[in-house]
Formats: sequence, structure tokens, C-alpha cells
Amino acid sequence: MLHPGAWWIWALGMATAASRTTNLVLLALILAVVALVVAARRGSAPWARGFKYYLYLALIIIAVRVVFRVLLDAGAGTTELFTLPELPLPEAAAGIRIGGLVTAEAVVSAVREGLRLATLIICIGAANVLANPKRLLASVPPALHEVAVAVTVALSVAPQLVVSAQRVNRARRLRGDVGRRTHVLRDIVVPVATDALDRSLMLAAAMDSRGHGRARAVSVATNRAITLSVVVGLGCLCVGTYASLDATLGWALAAPMLGAGLALSGVGLVLSGRRVDITRYRPDPWSWPETAVATCGVLVAGAVFWLAGNDPAAINPSPSQLGWPTAPAIAMCAVLLGALPAVLAPRLPETALPAGRLAHP
Amino acid sequence: MNGSGTGPGVGAISFRDVTITYDGSDTPTLSGVDLEIPEGELCVVVGSTGSGKSTLLGAINGLVPHFTGGTLAGEVVVGGRHTSDHQPRDLADVVGVVGQDPLAGFVTDVVEDELAYSMEQLGVPADAMRKRVEEMLDLLGLAELRSRALADLSGGQQQRVAIGAALTAQPRILVLDEPTSALDPTAAEEVLAAVTRLVHDLGMTVVMAEHRLERVVQYADMAVTIEPVGPLPAGGVRTVRAGGVAERLAHSELAPPVMQLGRVAGWAEPVLSVREARRAAGDLRERLAGVAPGGPTAPAPETFTGAGTGVDTPGTNGSGVDGPGVNRPAVNLEASGIVVTHGVRGEVVAVSDVDLCLAPGRVHALMGRNGSGKSSLLWALQGSGSRRAGSVALGGVDPGGLSPGDARRLVTLVPQSPTDLLYLTSVGAECRRADSESGADPGTTAAWLEHLVGPVPPESNPRDLSEGQRLALAVAVQLAPDPAVVLLDEPTRGLDHLAKERLGATLTDLAGRGRVVLVATHDVEFVAQWAHDVVLMAEGEVIACGPAGEVIAASAAFAPQVAKVMYPQPWLTVSQVAEALGRGGRR
Repeated sequence: MLHPGAWWIWALGMATAASRTTNLVLLALILAVVALVVAARRGSAPWARGFKYYLYLALIIIAVRVVFRVLLDAGAGTTELFTLPELPLPEAAAGIRIGGLVTAEAVVSAVREGLRLATLIICIGAANVLANPKRLLASVPPALHEVAVAVTVALSVAPQLVVSAQRVNRARRLRGDVGRRTHVLRDIVVPVATDALDRSLMLAAAMDSRGHGRARAVSVATNRAITLSVVVGLGCLCVGTYASLDATLGWALAAPMLGAGLALSGVGLVLSGRRVDITRYRPDPWSWPETAVATCGVLVAGAVFWLAGNDPAAINPSPSQLGWPTAPAIAMCAVLLGALPAVLAPRLPETALPAGRLAHP
Repeated sequence: MNGSGTGPGVGAISFRDVTITYDGSDTPTLSGVDLEIPEGELCVVVGSTGSGKSTLLGAINGLVPHFTGGTLAGEVVVGGRHTSDHQPRDLADVVGVVGQDPLAGFVTDVVEDELAYSMEQLGVPADAMRKRVEEMLDLLGLAELRSRALADLSGGQQQRVAIGAALTAQPRILVLDEPTSALDPTAAEEVLAAVTRLVHDLGMTVVMAEHRLERVVQYADMAVTIEPVGPLPAGGVRTVRAGGVAERLAHSELAPPVMQLGRVAGWAEPVLSVREARRAAGDLRERLAGVAPGGPTAPAPETFTGAGTGVDTPGTNGSGVDGPGVNRPAVNLEASGIVVTHGVRGEVVAVSDVDLCLAPGRVHALMGRNGSGKSSLLWALQGSGSRRAGSVALGGVDPGGLSPGDARRLVTLVPQSPTDLLYLTSVGAECRRADSESGADPGTTAAWLEHLVGPVPPESNPRDLSEGQRLALAVAVQLAPDPAVVLLDEPTRGLDHLAKERLGATLTDLAGRGRVVLVATHDVEFVAQWAHDVVLMAEGEVIACGPAGEVIAASAAFAPQVAKVMYPQPWLTVSQVAEALGRGGRR
């Protein structure tokens, strides 16, 4: 089983590459590569099953973007497609236009933007499907342990709510409630929320009884050092970020500030980790398959960035460029590099359900 | 194993003059508790529902009052530590706790990670963790389940994983809150065997709350009963008394059937297990040889055309005023070829080609291990559950084809978790709504509720009621439309002795008025006492169907204690034996 961090680095690399380009061919290729890796290396565990919902979400995003563009601001460009009736608006809304002329350039531009956003979402979805989020949360530094546990518990709540809602719906049929006007809040939300609250209290009691939340005593000096380093580090990070975005101050101020901020925050994180006395049972090792998968993602992102600097017209075609979409061969090869994890990552063992097991009602 | 004379050890529990009062309540839940549980004892906590068992168990590891709130006066010392000074998380290496619902207490997804969770929180080094996990997997028989998802395990396996997860921190004390209530008899035996191995091989102290005493009494060393302080009505202040098992249960109605049999037959020594009872029952069997046991009385079909009452009162069996919809002809429940599947492509078969014919006027019990398809069958019979094939006819009408409102007048089902049916904020509002949606007279539901469980304040929230009261409310709601067929899915889980008696009497009354009653349950003693017929299911098929005396008397897994003691004679309950002895005992 691959360390979840490796999958996330790969997925974020592909997402970064997708965010840098609006070329339809490249975006479609990135999508195809990601889907291929998911199909090849997705396990059969429950958390790995939701990928098709990300695909639906992506389609919805593209459709919504195109519709909004057509309705609101489709006049740029020269190739006319059709004209929608225009809605008259009051004087106050002078800059907005509803309806009117629709051009091909506007539609194609909307499709490109939508596809880019959809690809980003699918990359993140692939990371969620390939890497167990709970194991990722278990890998965080000890200082963030409590936050990670809270997020882990929250992740289990959503499927529980769905199961609870199904049970409550079935019970409502028993009371003859279906078909009449449903007070959704009273009939479904209240029992489900009460059930969720009861279960979370039971879980909290169980975790407390098993030792969750023990803190090791640390000296006063260490506590002061932690507070100081975290506060000053965050301050430096703020100043450095502002300086990097501001044109006049420039990188002379930003770089050292960012460096100092990162260093101090890191020190604070390590020191506060000493307060938490948690060990890990059989942590995932990081060995060459992890490095290889992560490197693939980083290489793809780097290649697309370099090509965007060298050949901007191909990687980010201008809206007036209609005609069949093409992409330089070298860019396509770089993106195909991202498909290597389909063979580099180890195959997951099949965890089959035992034969004849019956679902709980 | 005599518990006296051993000084306080690492695994000893001691309560000194403890009084526990919850916030917002002016009377204490438990008062003046003085209790010493020596190391290495298996202690059973006995008491009716809502009497404070969970409070007592929670006080052992400090959840009461650190987690639940409230005030605890007095001293609780476990393993040498005072719970007033230590939070529950600091006592995790001394006390391990397993709650009523193990699935709700699981933090991770996989068995192995769950076993390791407690050790991770305590900072145990990695190789020690690995060693302890492997030992725990072997000790509890979980070795081939190590990488399975927790939600896929059966009830007994989940319970064992929960026990293992509490034990990897190597506590000396284990606290179990009703560990076998949701389990079928075989799985319950597995869990109890694991627990007794812990006591005998590892010398752990185990404190267990259990309603179904017949399963645990033979293994227990001491019993703690929770009793009212004085002659107060139910809901008053309670205290505890501890002692040997036989001594504490000698005159209690909560005693298991073997002990009651001993009382009835006049044995000198109290017996706790089936084996002891068989040895003592030699001449009882001789006395009763050839005597036929009377069964739970099944009224003849002619007696139920007519006088059913809309408002039921105990003692007047059907002779009250005629209520609405009362001259209902008795219907047969006929089902043939029922197939129920689950899963996206229907790959898991829950019920496989089941034929049933249930006559009115009798209480039928549906038994089988967890996962044998009982719930799926009940839902399919009610009509709301999806049915892949087969037909159901209640007096010729298929409930699946009716609207839910109409189906409700024909057949109702009380589901496994009755709180799913309740969503209003007060008992009175639920009763009024049930009356209006069933077309019954106002006050019908409230009358049923009072008959089942006594007076309940109408402004109380259903979620604040005890288990037995909540179940009674759900049953009352489902009896309001006066249906011809009543189905109940595991109603006896978490009920104490008195509540089970009342439920059994209500079911018998319903059967006597011509309804078809079908109860799915694990509780063997309940079936022996109240059911006329038993249907056994396994792997989705019906494997046996017939009168209770024939089906369960000779079964290894489902026979009640009296049947095991009196084998090969067909006695099922203590009341049958008592009645036969009263009749003279001889032909």
C-alpha cells in the first residue's frame, strides 16, 4: 500500500499542470491520464468508491459555466452563432447584459475554463480515491494530531448520516407518512441529527476511556518558546506573502521573510509535538515506489510550467483561436509521463466481502 | 472462588459511601453505595432498566462525573487510584470499558488499527504494540479477521474486537455494559467464553451488566443488585447490595430459570448452571415422567369474532366495549416464494424462496442467527421492504400493493430500533399524532402505552425515556390502527424482566383477539414462555416450522434452560413445571 502522501503529491502535480493551461487537448489528456491511474490502482475499500461522483460534478461544472457565459457575457469575438432575446435592465445595472449576441469565441472560452476547473476537481478526487484519507491524517506531525482526529471523525459522520436517513425514511413508511406533505425538517432532519448526536457522544466516551487526549507535562520555558516561535513565524509569513504580491517591495523583502517564517513555524510545530505522547502503529514506509510516483507528478507540473513560459500560444491559446485544437507533441509526452504511476504503484490486494454475508437492515 | 479475605490489589474496585446526582435532577440516581470488588472476580450487576446500572459502571472508570456531568459524593478507588483525581483518559491503562453498541465506539476502520488505537494514545513503543496486537488476535480468535473492515463483521465478532481494543492497553479491570444483548445465543456464548478466559487465565477483574442472567450466572463470582432505598415507587433513589450470586438472587424474580426451577422443586442447594440442575433434577424428572406439559394457551379460532376492544385493559380479556373497526375477520398470513436481495446488482441473497403460513390466534416466533434474513423477511411481509420475487397475501390482500396508510390498517411492523419511528418532542404529541394518522379514537395510543409500561408523563421527551418505555411507545403507536397482523423485530433487546412480561402478556392478548403475531427474537426464554409456534431460519431459508415444544426443546442452540435440564422430557418453562407439580405431578 502506497504512502498516501505520494498519491497526493502526484495528484497535486497534475492539478498544478492543469491550472497552467487552457489547451483543450492537454486538459483532456490530463483527465484521461488521471482516470487511467485511478482505474488501474484504485482499491475496493469503501472510501475508494466515489470517483464517478467527481466525474458527474465535473460535467455539471462545465455545463453551468457555459450556460452562465451564454446568458451573461457572450459578446466578445467575431464569429456569431445566434442571438438570444435581450432582457432590459434598469439603469443601475448598466454593466450587466442578459441575453444578446452569442459568439463562438465566448462559448469556446467558457468550455476551456470549465474544463480546466473540472480537471482540477477530478485530480483532487483521484487523490481522495487512491489514498485513504484517514491514513493521510494519521501521518500529520504530532502537534496537529488533535485536529487530524477531529477531521477523521468528521469524515465518518457523512456516511453514517446517509445510513441513518435511509433508516428513518423506511420507518416513516411504517407510519404511513409517505405521500403526504413532508415536513422535512421535523420528519427526517430531527431524528437523523439526534441519532448523529447520540452516536458522537458514544464515540467520545469510548475515545476518552481509551486514553485519547493525554498530554505530557512540559516545562514553562518550552511552552513560552512554542508560543513565541509560532506567533512570530506566522507574522513573518504574513509579511512575506504580502511583500511577494506587492510590486514595489519585491522579492528582496519577501524571500527572507518567507524563509524565516517557515523556519520559525517549523520549530514551533516540532516543539509542540513534544507535548503529545503518541506513537504510530505500523506507519506506511516511504520507499522508491513513493518517490517515483511523487516525482512523476512534480515532473509533469514542471514541464507544463516551462512550456507555458516558452510557447505560451500553444499552451494557453487565445480566445480568438478557433479551429481544431492541437497541442505540441512535447507537451503531450510530458503529460503522458503522469500515467506511469499506473504501473509503478503496487497493486492493492482484493478485500472481498465474505460469501453470503447479509447487509444489516 | 471465594472473594473474601484478599486485600486490595491492582485490580480491585472500591466504592465508599458514593452518591451520584445528575445535573438538573433533585433526587440522586444512586445513594450510599458501599462496594468492594476484589481482584480477579467476575461480578454481575443486576437491576431493572433505567435503574442506574450504566451509572454504576460509568463511575468505575470516571466517565461519571467527568464526562457525563453531575455530582459524585464519596470515594471511588480503582487499582489504587481515585477517580476524583484522574480523568477517564488517565485511567485507560487500569480500566477498559466496552459500551453497549460496539460499532458506535469504533474509531478506525480496520480490526488491526482498532486494536492498536488505545496503545497509540498511551505512547507504547512500536514493537511492543505489534506484539500485543498479535497476542490479542490469538487470545480472542480474531486472527483471520485482522484486515477486515469493522462494519463488515458480525455482531459477535464486533463485540470481541471491542473487548480486544479495550484490553491491548493491558488494564486489570474490564467493564462490560450488556455485551450479549444484541447477539444470538451462539455468539453470546463465544463472547462469554472469551470473558471467562480472561478472568481465569489472566486474573482480570470483570464487571458486567446483563439482563439475560441465564447466560452469565454460572460464570459469575459475585452479584451486585440495584435496589430501591426504601419503599419508594419506581424512579426513586436506589442503592446497591453485593454478595454471592446465589445469595443475592435467592428470592428475586430476576433469577434465571434454573434457580427458579430449584425453588419450585424444593431443592436444598441453589443451583446456578444447567449441569448442576441436571444432577439435582433426577427425582423431579421421575415425578413428572409421562405428564404432558400445558402450553401457552392458544384460543380456538371461534372465539375471536367480535368483542375486541379499542381500549385494552388488563384482566378484561376482550370483554370490554366494542371499539372502532373491531369486527375484523381473522386473516391468515400466507407468503410463498419470497426472495429478497440486497446490493446494487442483487448479489447478496437475504431471503431465499421462503413459504410461510401463519394462522391467527397464535404467537409465532422467528428465530435464527444474526444475518439469517429475519429482518429482511419481516420487512418483505410488511410490504415496505423490497421483494425480488414471491407473493404475500394477508387475507388475500398484498400489503405491498397498498398505500402506506392503508397497509398500516392491515399490517404494522415495530422495527429493530424503535426510535426511528419517533420524531416528535413529547410523548403526548406522539400519541395524538398516532391516533390521528391511524383513524383511531383519541386516547387509544395513550391507553396502549399505559397498559404496556405504566403511566408515562405525557410532556416527557421520548429520547429521555428508558429502553423499555421507548419500545412500549413504539409498540403503542403501531397498535393504534388495530392491524390484523403485528410484526415485531427484536423487541426484547435491552428490556428487563418486568417489561418482557408485560410485552409477552400483550402479545398473548393480541393473539387471543384474533391477530397474527410474529416476533423475531434471539431471546430463547421469551420464546419458551410466550410463543406458540417457532419458525427457524438459516441462510435465508426456513429450516423448521412448528409448535415451540417440538422445534426448540431438543435444539442445542435454541433450547431454554428448563428444556436442557429436563431433557428428554418436553418441558419449556418453570411455570409449566410448577403447574404440573401443582396438579399433583402424576397422571
